[in-house]
Amino acid sequence: MDNVTTHGSVAHGHAHEHAHHEELGFWRKYVFSIDHKVIGIQYAFTGLLFLLFGFTLMMIMRWQMAYPGRPIPLIGAWLGQDRAPMGIMLPEFYNQLGAMHGTIMVFLGVVPLAVGGFGNFVMPLQIGAPDMAFPKLNMVSYWVYFLGGVTMLASFFPHGGAAQSGWTSYPPLAVIAPGQTMWLVGMIFLITSSLLGSVNFITTIVQLRAKGLSWMRLPFFVWAQLVTAFLLLLAFPPLEAAGVLQLMDRVAGTSFFMPSGLVISGKPMLISGNGNPLLWQHLFWFLAHPEVYVLILPAFGIISEIIANNTRKPLWGYKTLVYSVVFLGFMSFIVWAHHMFMTGMGTTMSAFFQTTTMIISIPSVIVLTSLLLSLWGASIRFNPPMLFALAFLPMFAIGGLTGLPLGLAPSDIHLHDTYYVIGHFHYVVAPGTIFALFGGVYYWFPKATGKKMNEMLGYVHFWGSFICINLVFMPMFIQGLGGMNRRMYDGGAQYAHNAGLLKWNLVIGFAAWGLGLLQIPFIINFFGSLKWGKAVDKNPWEATTLEWSAPSPPGHGNFLTDPVVYRGPYEYSVPGAARDFSPQFEA
Amino acid sequence: MEIPYIVETRADTGLNNVKLGIWLFLASEVMLFGALFSTYIILRVGAPEWPRGELSVIFGAANTIILISSSVTMVMAWASLKMHAWGKHRFYLLVTVGLALFFLVNKFFEYAEHVGKHEIPSYNTFFAIYYTLTGLHGLHIVGGIVVMLYFLGPGAKLAKKNPDQFTNRIEATGLYWHFVDLVWIFLFPVLYLL
Ligand code: HEM
Ligand SMILES: [Cu+2]
Repeated sequence: MDNVTTHGSVAHGHAHEHAHHEELGFWRKYVFSIDHKVIGIQYAFTGLLFLLFGFTLMMIMRWQMAYPGRPIPLIGAWLGQDRAPMGIMLPEFYNQLGAMHGTIMVFLGVVPLAVGGFGNFVMPLQIGAPDMAFPKLNMVSYWVYFLGGVTMLASFFPHGGAAQSGWTSYPPLAVIAPGQTMWLVGMIFLITSSLLGSVNFITTIVQLRAKGLSWMRLPFFVWAQLVTAFLLLLAFPPLEAAGVLQLMDRVAGTSFFMPSGLVISGKPMLISGNGNPLLWQHLFWFLAHPEVYVLILPAFGIISEIIANNTRKPLWGYKTLVYSVVFLGFMSFIVWAHHMFMTGMGTTMSAFFQTTTMIISIPSVIVLTSLLLSLWGASIRFNPPMLFALAFLPMFAIGGLTGLPLGLAPSDIHLHDTYYVIGHFHYVVAPGTIFALFGGVYYWFPKATGKKMNEMLGYVHFWGSFICINLVFMPMFIQGLGGMNRRMYDGGAQYAHNAGLLKWNLVIGFAAWGLGLLQIPFIINFFGSLKWGKAVDKNPWEATTLEWSAPSPPGHGNFLTDPVVYRGPYEYSVPGAARDFSPQFEA
Repeated sequence: MEIPYIVETRADTGLNNVKLGIWLFLASEVMLFGALFSTYIILRVGAPEWPRGELSVIFGAANTIILISSSVTMVMAWASLKMHAWGKHRFYLLVTVGLALFFLVNKFFEYAEHVGKHEIPSYNTFFAIYYTLTGLHGLHIVGGIVVMLYFLGPGAKLAKKNPDQFTNRIEATGLYWHFVDLVWIFLFPVLYLL
């Protein structure tokens, strides 16, 4: 990105089309760029902003749950009459916050950061490619995503506010509630963006691997991105179809998801009826279960890189890891109805989905075990990226294991739609995936910027977040097992059986706000390091994969010479070698 | 470094980038229309009664023939390029666009007739799915027309600079076009005949 490295690739002597880039103006270079690294950074930055925004929505909700009906401090007065009159949150607004928190975190935060950001920036470098296979398409993906994000944000403003029916948008409620139309339009943008992106990712990985980089020499991160891209490619279109159908229900008055005989607020609905609300759930979960693997696989990839690097050992069972994620990818298409045990789908169906769900947990356990065994006997470097990666392991284990009772119908009947479910998937995606993403930021920041992030601030950020985030999510298991429902505007206070559980809402609230404060060191570190960070060379972590052979930051076209790969991705501490790492790019 | 395998095929995969890309895109399209056809089946199986004979088979059959012909002319457009017959290529591509437009005009009259009889999407589930499926398919036709017009207009410049790359792009366009055609070949019996 800076001029020195840019000229590096020109000096290499390719006076072709691509070498004219140094004449690109500001707009083409930083805004409408077709360079995968710039696009990756755009994705990552936008994703981080959305994560912060989605998290803020949750912090506001947590006030209402901790102190139902009390005016929201600080910002309450700014929210407006139709959201929080006199600063007191309206139920409709609570529902908007909930639905938009989920949507934003999943579709606008984690996926864009994990796939659009890390995938775009790191993957082409790791396979020794000059760019993505279709650079212009890559730019289009980002801008379509951006449009989707703007649509979602804008949906808060029209009368009636944003979508209120949860990120799952179950009809008939979703079809009649305000705000949903913009949600659907936004989703169609986001899905389109993902589809274009996944075509690009798969083509790039299949076609642009450097000389010598055979499939079993690919860094595990690349495998994770490849499987993720297939999930996005094949699982998202059914949701796009479902989104179009729901849009038709709302805009053209059709009844795809609307049953006959609906009466709303005492008035019979004038629709043709005969639709099927459960059809939406099937189409939705056909995407959304694979989607949970879209959220977790890139995290697997990131922490594998960090763990191999900081244990100074090869990953334990690299091939097993690869086969496991491929198997996971396949299986994730046939477990979706474990989200629907409560819909009365019959014992044969639920037996099938229970079985597939138990089977799919096997590869997850294998991945976790491999990574755990990779630590065995290592002299570990406990730097900030490694701390986040290490914390990922037990956090993901808690998340995954608590999923098993949910995957069995008899226990799920009790746990469904309680705070237990919220605890389960947040352990996977928050202290799990989000921690992995933070680890990835600390780990690849030097490659992207040429500067290292401050370690001290990193430790503060890590330990503070680790403690707070467990205080947020651990009590949810208690609440859920006690029978507290999710999606309750008053935090469950209206039910007598929750009386003993409400105190946890206070704990969770304070832990969540503390967690918010603890992101300040990260933000300071992020921007401060850009300016004051320690300048680093190509390979500050003494790592083995190809991205560390390119300049930091890499110029347009990435590598100064065509990279050639000589060995597997994690040859650390090879007996007899001069150093404790033998990079893929050294003969 | 320059992006490799834009034109030439990669030895170990036997593909060039565009070809792989278009096949992947089509795979996602299969999932899209697969979901819509599944919706059709589920709604029809669950419906107490299903209207039949609502659509004009003549119109549908005519459009089927038009689209199949357009697939043929699309192949000719690509084959002419392979044989370096530039004039023929442009002629066939233009005919393909013409047939596609003809299809849309037909479709428009069909829609107009039903809308005239108040058979709009909210009328019943059959018309809901009819308009949705054919509407999305129509959008795909429009997309194809835009792409072909691009290759007849500004996109044609590439043919001079890099004829092989241009041929690949036309081939990819053709694959897409055959897919759109194929979707219709499913739509026609499902909506008009069954
Ligand atoms: C490893 C084995 C796993 C099993 C057996 C499992 C099982 C389940 C089941 C059965 C449910 C539905 C519970 C209910 O609604 O009653 C569920 C919900 C959920 N899971 Fe998992 N899960 C696993 C891993 C994951 C992973 C890796 C993620 C994400 C990265 C994840 C994210 C979610 C989410 C987001 C929901 C809630 C959806 C909603 O809003 O209703 N799960 N899980
Ligand atoms: Cu699931």
